[in-house]
Amino acid sequence: MPEAPKVAVSFAVNGEPRTVEAYPMARLLDILRRDLRLTGTKEGCGEGECGACSVLIDGELVNSCLVPVAQVEGCRITTIEGISGETLRAVQEAFVECGAAQCGICTPGMVLAAVTLIERHSAQPIEDDVRNGLAGNLCRCTGYMRIFEAVMQACEKSVGAGA
Amino acid sequence: MRSYLPAYDMRVPLELDEALETMAREPGEWKPFAGGTDLMVLLEQGKLADKKFLSVARLKGLRGFALTDDHVTLGAMITYRQVQTTAILQQEFPLLCRAAYETGGIATQNRGTLGGNIANASPAADSPPALLVYDAELELVSASRTRWVPYAGFHLGYKRMDMRPEEVIRNIRLPRTKKNWRQYYRKVGTRRAQAISKVCFAGAALVEHGEIGDVRIALGSVAPTVLRCRKTEALLRGKLTAEMIRAAGDELAREIQPIDDFRSTARYRMRVAQKLLEEFLLGLIAPPAGEPA
Amino acid sequence: MQSDSMADRFIGKSIPRREGREKVTGRATYVDDMVMPDMLHGVTVRSPVARGRLSGIRFAKGIPWDEFTIVTAKDIPGKNCVALILDDQPCLADQVVNHAEEPVLLLAHADQYLLEEARRAVELDIEPLPPVFTIGDSLARKQVIWGEDNIFKSFLVESGDVESAWSRAHLIIEGEYQTGAQEQLYIEPQGMIATFDAEDGLTVWGSMQCPYYVHRALMTLLDLQVNQVRVIQTETGGGFGGKEEYPSMIAGHAALLAWKSGKPVKIVYDRMEDMAATTKRHPSRTRHRTAVTREGKLLAMDIEFVVDGGAYATLSPVVLSRGTIHAAGPYFCPNVRIRSKAVATNFPPHGAFRGFGAPQSIFALERQMDQAAKALGLAPEEFRRRNFVKEGERLAVGQVVREKIDMAALMERALELSDYSAKRQRFAKENPRRGVKKGIGLASFLHGAGFTGSGERYMASLVGAEATPEGQVRVLAASTEMGQGTTTVFSQIAAEALGVDYDMIEIVQPDTALVPNSGPTVASRTCMVVGKLVESAVLGIRQQLLSSSLLPDKYTSEQFRQACRKFIERHGALKSTSEYSTPAGIHWDDEKYRGDAYGAYAWAVYVAEVSVDMTTYEIRVDDFVAVQEVGRVINPVLATGQIEGGVAQGVGFALYENVVWQEGRMVNNQMTNYIMPTSADLPRIRVFFEEVPYAHGPGGAKGIGELPIDGPAPAIVNAIENAIGVSIKRIPVTPEVLMEALESVHA
Repeated sequence: MPEAPKVAVSFAVNGEPRTVEAYPMARLLDILRRDLRLTGTKEGCGEGECGACSVLIDGELVNSCLVPVAQVEGCRITTIEGISGETLRAVQEAFVECGAAQCGICTPGMVLAAVTLIERHSAQPIEDDVRNGLAGNLCRCTGYMRIFEAVMQACEKSVGAGA
Repeated sequence: MRSYLPAYDMRVPLELDEALETMAREPGEWKPFAGGTDLMVLLEQGKLADKKFLSVARLKGLRGFALTDDHVTLGAMITYRQVQTTAILQQEFPLLCRAAYETGGIATQNRGTLGGNIANASPAADSPPALLVYDAELELVSASRTRWVPYAGFHLGYKRMDMRPEEVIRNIRLPRTKKNWRQYYRKVGTRRAQAISKVCFAGAALVEHGEIGDVRIALGSVAPTVLRCRKTEALLRGKLTAEMIRAAGDELAREIQPIDDFRSTARYRMRVAQKLLEEFLLGLIAPPAGEPA
Repeated sequence: MQSDSMADRFIGKSIPRREGREKVTGRATYVDDMVMPDMLHGVTVRSPVARGRLSGIRFAKGIPWDEFTIVTAKDIPGKNCVALILDDQPCLADQVVNHAEEPVLLLAHADQYLLEEARRAVELDIEPLPPVFTIGDSLARKQVIWGEDNIFKSFLVESGDVESAWSRAHLIIEGEYQTGAQEQLYIEPQGMIATFDAEDGLTVWGSMQCPYYVHRALMTLLDLQVNQVRVIQTETGGGFGGKEEYPSMIAGHAALLAWKSGKPVKIVYDRMEDMAATTKRHPSRTRHRTAVTREGKLLAMDIEFVVDGGAYATLSPVVLSRGTIHAAGPYFCPNVRIRSKAVATNFPPHGAFRGFGAPQSIFALERQMDQAAKALGLAPEEFRRRNFVKEGERLAVGQVVREKIDMAALMERALELSDYSAKRQRFAKENPRRGVKKGIGLASFLHGAGFTGSGERYMASLVGAEATPEGQVRVLAASTEMGQGTTTVFSQIAAEALGVDYDMIEIVQPDTALVPNSGPTVASRTCMVVGKLVESAVLGIRQQLLSSSLLPDKYTSEQFRQACRKFIERHGALKSTSEYSTPAGIHWDDEKYRGDAYGAYAWAVYVAEVSVDMTTYEIRVDDFVAVQEVGRVINPVLATGQIEGGVAQGVGFALYENVVWQEGRMVNNQMTNYIMPTSADLPRIRVFFEEVPYAHGPGGAKGIGELPIDGPAPAIVNAIENAIGVSIKRIPVTPEVLMEALESVHA
């Protein structure tokens, strides 16, 4: 079988510069989980439907199962292990308090999606904003109600804190 | 991962010219790769036949933007997210913004591009019906030439396009002619969000003094390509009557060719396409908000 | 020792999930997060056809086969079966295949990409045999594909004399109802890691609900002794029954590869394989014939309930059992006959999924009750009001209802909370002028907690407790946490029983080397049955301290710690075991299939409000009210989460989740094409509890895990009928199905 050569790709992960030798079309998800041993990002479907593999690339939420590593040269990648800040803390606390995590497999992706949602909204979102904003992250356990409550609660705390 | 990953190659050219030269040197060998939201799914399934890719997602040459009195020109690598947040598109091309909003979820919208969507040529894509209604034009560029083609003639058949192996879509140009037209977009998917469309309807009509002066109707998911329904459009001029609506529905049924697949049935698609047409047309009879009847 | 007069410190409180922090920071470790030195990856080569004779296996050129570990049926050292109930399912197909995706051969290699190439390069020579794909064809024995007659199991439940009732009936209502397969769709796919060496034996880590099921299956497969097999549950990303029995299969595969290669082997399925190859909810067909009196009372119910078990028995006998017992619902009817069968087809074996037969038979029943109401000219809620079983009356299997349940009152509350009557009137008035028609419908039902009949007695579950010198109390149970809150609820129960600080309780990770067999994490039994054993096990610790005079009658946490330390200094260890014993007064007759089927039932009334868009035939659930009586709510946030999650799965079952089969294979085996509701598709789910404490449950609690998935589908389809006047008798009601139903009415 003809093989493409491995390439060196350099990018920042959670603030740290990294360089990997990888097949250019290797999924960013696999590079993070296997090569860099950052296993907080999960694989649920491999087709960009469930959002369990969500990471931030240059601050934007993406499904890392659909990103070939060659395309992240020079990018800033943030995973659940590396995301930080007031909004994150508020989201994580609210998730625990409100019961928004059950089995937990969707949770890292959901937390990232929640943080970007809150940061994208300048004012307090209403439940429908949250309902639609998180539609790209599937959860089979919760029916989403506890997740919405957690995000609304985290939002109140963040908006309050930032105001 | 169902594919033998080591067999796949990707290069990341720094400039558009570099990409075009590579493609010209080995025509058909290197395929442009944009946001990856379609191609990577094929890779995961073991169904990605092409093996060599040039990443074009971040090429400056494909991320242009120009605004004149007559046109809006979008670089092909504009993402769905960017479409939704571009002011002139919100104001004058709401159907395109709506289509972008309904495509996948936020993570998909951050990566997926208009050019990639067009070149992927899925008959179920959400943006193409809007582009057809807006009389979009595509700029195709290669190492040796540039040409503009009306988007309406671009899709020749299922996954066959008027595009040469060494060409790339550089720009999508939208004439600013539909500002005052009544506009309608409805996607019927398998669920409310993150859904592949079962029927997708985009329509626009110029209505003056209660009469239709001009109309555009385009549908997705009801033919091997996105479809502009010219025969149906031709029946819709002048004062809209119940008879005209009925005739248009019958003509639509002849123009579209929906199929059964594991998402839906031909009969459902046919029936719903007709009902969406009816909903669009009935909406034209009612005055837009704020106007007297 | 709970006391109602003192406020409970832990029970009834929404104590945050114990492992919550790990889950929200991404630190929780699931099986695919684990790697071991020298580890190989494993894949499964599967049959492409639904039925046939396997005559050969060929390995194509171009793959360095000598680098691979290859396992076929011939390699199996023990018995080639996945030990469960009937032991009819091979771990690897040998001479015949009976379903598409049946495992035939295993491969292991360190290079995951090469492994996929190799999987594609194995060719199976199979002469196809005619397959059976419908319940009808299986019953008709078009082909006999299992046993003598394609029947895994059958039951007959009889009360009174159904045949004598028909002539006395005012009206007879008949209906046939169907439910389709449903994929559990846990977001974490199935996965296992196995290691094997002569000294330590076999160790398996993985995503599972029942460590001891896996343990038993591995002993049988590899011919090993009890202490040569160790099974450890890793953090499990959802189960819902899909990881009840299937893990024994994938663990067996990983174990065989580890045994043959001498290296650790990890098998993790991708989503496509998981959906196509693993178990799904049993499709069902139920026929109802119901006699009613002029006064609107049930006179007779004749029910024929059939489930499609797929190619092998797996858990079909038990699914059938539960579905059968729930088939006549929370009603009193003097004459009942339930004839049920689980039949074989050439689909991949169907298996456990939350509800376990009850969602299927309850769908049929609750639809039938609405049809009966309609025939009588009664409102659906009025018909039910006249027929609810009351305390002291008998259910269909003869069980006397000893709980103080008032279904009429429960229903009143649900109707009030959902504004049912006002809405029903308003919708009737406004629908004729609207392009989106609205409807509201209800379902009333019950769900038995714990194993059916003598199941708990046979299981004889054990829970252990032990104290550490620091005064920590470790709870040893095989019950797994998979999101439903096992770890937290057990901690609450234990802390409450002992009256000590919550942090003094530790729940040991389910590891067969460490914990006794407290039974599988299924059947809504974890809190009610195992939780009660947790309580008595830790009370056993306390009792020993009290008896040795190391602890005063009233004590602080610190005193408890000191007492533990002293006891252990003196005696070496402080342990306690508690074993299940059937509560007094509960009797079940296995032969006659009559008696007290379950120790306790949870009771519920659910109301669904829907919109039906007449342009696109799309159905939307706009509001959902779930009212249930559950004994005692141990943790309100966790309990509410269970109901909300179960309702969401029920909405999927009703409207969205459709398995598309072609030649016996699931072809929409991707999340893009198997439609699970997103947050945008679900309504607000409003949950309300009532508590009538059950004497034998911890704090009075009954089981609730499966209850919430029983009600949504019939409530929703009843609501659809209310909205558009069309009676649909199968689910999922996709827009295509709705359109067809509307058009056939107008034809």
